[in-house]
Amino acid sequence: MVVETLVEDVFKVVERWKDKRGNLIMVLHDVQDRYGYVPREAALEVSRQLDVPLARIYEVLTFYNYFKLTPPGKFNISVCLGTACYLKGAPALIDEIRHLLHVEEGQTTKDGLFHLQIVRCLGCCGLAPVITVKHKVYSAVKRGDVAKIIAEHSSQKVEA
Amino acid sequence: MKQILIQDTNGNLRKELRDFHVALTTQLRDWGLADAAQVVTVADIGIYQKGIVAKVLPEGFVYVGLEVKHVPEIIEKTIQHGEKIASLAFEKKNKQLRLVLRNCGRIDPENFNDYVANDGYQGLVKALEMGPERVIEEMKKSGLRGRGGAGFPTWMKWNITRAVPGEVKYIICNGDEGDPGAYMDRSVLEGDPNSVIEGLMIGGLAIGASQGVFYIRAEYPLAIERIQKAINECYARGLLGQNILGSNFNFDIEIRLGAGAFVCGEETALISSVEGLRGYPRPRPPFPSVRGLWEKPTAINNVETLATVPYILFHGGEAFGKIGIEGSTGTKVFALTGKVRNSGLVEVPMGITLREVVFDIGGGVLNNRAIKAIQTGGPSGGVIPEQFFDTPIGYESLQKLGSIMGSGGMIVLDENDCMVDISKFYLGFCVDESCGKCAPCRIGGTQMLAILKRISDGKGVDDDLKKLNEIAMAMQKASLCGLGQTAPNPVLSTLKYFEAEYKAHVVDKKCASGKCVKLVSYSIIKDKCTGCGMCGRVCPAIAITGSRADKYSINTEKCVSCGQCFDVCKFGAVVRQ
Ligand SMILES: Cc1cc2nc3c(=O)[nH]c(=O)nc-3n(C[C@H](O)[C@H](O)[C@H](O)COP(=O)(O)O)c2cc1C
Ligand code: FES
Repeated sequence: MVVETLVEDVFKVVERWKDKRGNLIMVLHDVQDRYGYVPREAALEVSRQLDVPLARIYEVLTFYNYFKLTPPGKFNISVCLGTACYLKGAPALIDEIRHLLHVEEGQTTKDGLFHLQIVRCLGCCGLAPVITVKHKVYSAVKRGDVAKIIAEHSSQKVEA
Repeated sequence: MKQILIQDTNGNLRKELRDFHVALTTQLRDWGLADAAQVVTVADIGIYQKGIVAKVLPEGFVYVGLEVKHVPEIIEKTIQHGEKIASLAFEKKNKQLRLVLRNCGRIDPENFNDYVANDGYQGLVKALEMGPERVIEEMKKSGLRGRGGAGFPTWMKWNITRAVPGEVKYIICNGDEGDPGAYMDRSVLEGDPNSVIEGLMIGGLAIGASQGVFYIRAEYPLAIERIQKAINECYARGLLGQNILGSNFNFDIEIRLGAGAFVCGEETALISSVEGLRGYPRPRPPFPSVRGLWEKPTAINNVETLATVPYILFHGGEAFGKIGIEGSTGTKVFALTGKVRNSGLVEVPMGITLREVVFDIGGGVLNNRAIKAIQTGGPSGGVIPEQFFDTPIGYESLQKLGSIMGSGGMIVLDENDCMVDISKFYLGFCVDESCGKCAPCRIGGTQMLAILKRISDGKGVDDDLKKLNEIAMAMQKASLCGLGQTAPNPVLSTLKYFEAEYKAHVVDKKCASGKCVKLVSYSIIKDKCTGCGMCGRVCPAIAITGSRADKYSINTEKCVSCGQCFDVCKFGAVVRQ
């Protein structure tokens, strides 16, 4: 993905952070906020503008789980695998999603619609097990609900 | 003016909540009362699984199970006449004591003046009058110990950092909250951001720092937003910057974000991360108090610790020290979750028993099942079986039982939870999150996990339990940071109390709870089968075939032991062995 405004976008981010020490992670956060992931072109541009070797940038990107190197699916399905959700049956939900969408953790469906992500504790353990799709939170989800949740979002796309 | 706070815990009552919110605001307007009451959405009032919850201020009435149809009555009785509606009111037996959560759910976290009106920044005013030495003295009297896990006395940490010579010092708020299954810090950051900022400022004053840093996990966007907003307000009002409140104290704060690495909650790894590097821990000593961020003396404190500080300064260390028990003073916030009826955040005085927390506050076990154990301290902690539930909660008492206070995760396990599975879960988490820098943690963790997997797959061998103990010991002794040193704890404590269960897995190849799928098999009792075919329909492996006349049966070769047929059969025809 090459965006025309890339140089400019990165410039704006760098401008904001350039006087702060240890700014690399914050710059990458801003880049990811803008694109949904950190495209290679953007990483190159950050390297040029901050005058930091590309290897240093990937050293950081690959250490932290939060940074994504590939574009997210249209709908990001996050299944919580924190302790509370684990105990209340999250593994079965992951099984079901795998089974229904033919994706593994960290993969996007062939049609680019759904991306399966496993996260640790969304901070609402009282509602376990929890799934979020885009920013919608589903709580106390049962295995049988998964198909409905997926259908809800697939049909949105048909309407659109 | 009255305020009506509506609890929005981000749950699935979204639509109902919105409808209620809309009904309330429009009807208030229709009654001409738009200026008499303000409707505010808040993250947490502290009551869960009771439908829509709202609180009316200043009276403090809490209403639960609300619906749109209740709106007129609320407006008429409570807003117009200040009367309590008994049928909606929530009354609780109060074993909780809310100091840290004193404002959460009571004030509008985005309204600076609300915080100020509730004694906000009064602790700072006192601290400025007292000066650093007396602040530390007051903290000593309070007996406050760090709430982030290790329980190091806060006054001592500040005193050491203060004593190290140097012009430039830093204080960092650790808002990384790594324990998967706990969200105390998130609630405080979101629900009362100013209290943490005030605590950070007082800490800065005490150690002689003029720069504070919030390190918050990126997964908490609302917390970040609210802290940033509160910081901006402080600058606008001269509470941050130069010559704060006319004194010679200068203090600035900035926010740095975590990026999804558990190890960054460890203080030296956190420092690496703030410096823009991989979150690798560093050998200690030198401790951060001596050489921390940018090699300068640095104090790192947990969110809950800092939120407690303004309270101590305002009410006095002695008063705070009277709460709780010897050696563990004050209150602790726990995220009570798992198989408990009322899941949620609780804040209790130290010294209360585990039983009181789980049964009196938490309402006991979900579905009336038998309780098996309570897990505290997350991946660095351990399990506590029922015979010790009357132990008063304190740093030392929990440690004696082989667990830790930790940052406040408290998870209830019932008879359907398998201890081998639990320790596999926690250890798997630590192996995933190990930064890989030191060998004991990287290799030891992987090996222990391999053994646990083998045991839960029914391939455990005789000396596996001995080996687990040996590797655990090596990890505890030789790992570089707290992650590796504590990662074996969940395994060791389950082994200590539930050895028989491990043995059942290793010797008899049995998992009583049915969690270890390779150790259970399913079959269908022909006589009970009605031939409805539900089991066949849910089977993901197409292992179940049959017809109404012939009844159904499971092909054990194809069966993946997922247990869905077992769950779906209404006639008890599917059995688990
Ligand atoms: C692996 C690991 C993870 C940690 N995670 C956190 C955390 O998420 N939040 C926290 O406040 N402390 C965490 N700690 C403890 C910190 O290292 C440190 O002790 C604490 O922030 C000090 O603050 P306190 O004295 O106020 O408790 C962690 C420690 C280790 C070893
Ligand atoms: S464990 Fe899933 S929200 Fe906390």
